[in-house]
Amino acid sequence: MVPLWWYILLGVVLFVIGAAGVLLRRNILVVLMSLELLLNSVNINFIAFGRTYGDFRGQIFAIFVIAITAAEVAVALGILVALVRNKSTLKVDDVTMMKG
Amino acid sequence: MDQGFFLLFATVSVVTALTVVLARNPVHSALALMACFLQISAIFVLLEAPFLAVIQIFVYVGAIMVLFLFVIMMIDVREAVLQRFLPGGNLPALVLVGLLGVEMLVLVLSSDRFSVAEPVTTRGGDEIRQLSTTLFANYLLPFEAASVILLAALVGAIVLARKESG
Repeated sequence: MVPLWWYILLGVVLFVIGAAGVLLRRNILVVLMSLELLLNSVNINFIAFGRTYGDFRGQIFAIFVIAITAAEVAVALGILVALVRNKSTLKVDDVTMMKG
Repeated sequence: MDQGFFLLFATVSVVTALTVVLARNPVHSALALMACFLQISAIFVLLEAPFLAVIQIFVYVGAIMVLFLFVIMMIDVREAVLQRFLPGGNLPALVLVGLLGVEMLVLVLSSDRFSVAEPVTTRGGDEIRQLSTTLFANYLLPFEAASVILLAALVGAIVLARKESG
């Protein structure tokens, strides 16, 4: 039987890697992919706790997280396509149109 | 047996996650992320959540990553390949991420709350039926809200990606 803290540790490691990708990479595509990684590490935690305490709510929350992620990716990639069409850049630092 | 499989899947998922962040070419990042999602879905199987594992493969690997690859195909990523990984000035972010990781590791390892080895209660078979009953009975309102959010995202993505003149 795999102890609970192994899963939590895996979630922590994946979360830190994803956070590093969001904060350190300057490519918008890679930043979006790192966001997916963050949400997935949270899902591992939800399901691990739900299994340990015999509760379905962990899995149900994970299902909702997956649904919201799908919506987020659709909107984010739409914004990305519009951005590349208008400014033809992929760097996060070059996108300062909304800066006051 | 379980522990060996867990170690295998966890190692591969961490290595592929590092590849996602460290790879220069976004196409390599996308393919590594696909492999990482497959490992995580295998971990869901180990966690006795087969429904979530199938959903993970369908939604993430089947839909989201294909969407990413389509967008990568549409735009020119050759400029992105030439970028350096850490273009200076990122030291505060690196320190912040390191501190966050160390803090979480210390909290998890020093707490005895996570050292439960066995599940508190064992569920009987027919889990997916119970899961769907719970989802569609007790969580009907969030489910409908999620469907409305998905519809709004669909319309929003079409409006955003449309050409201005069209």
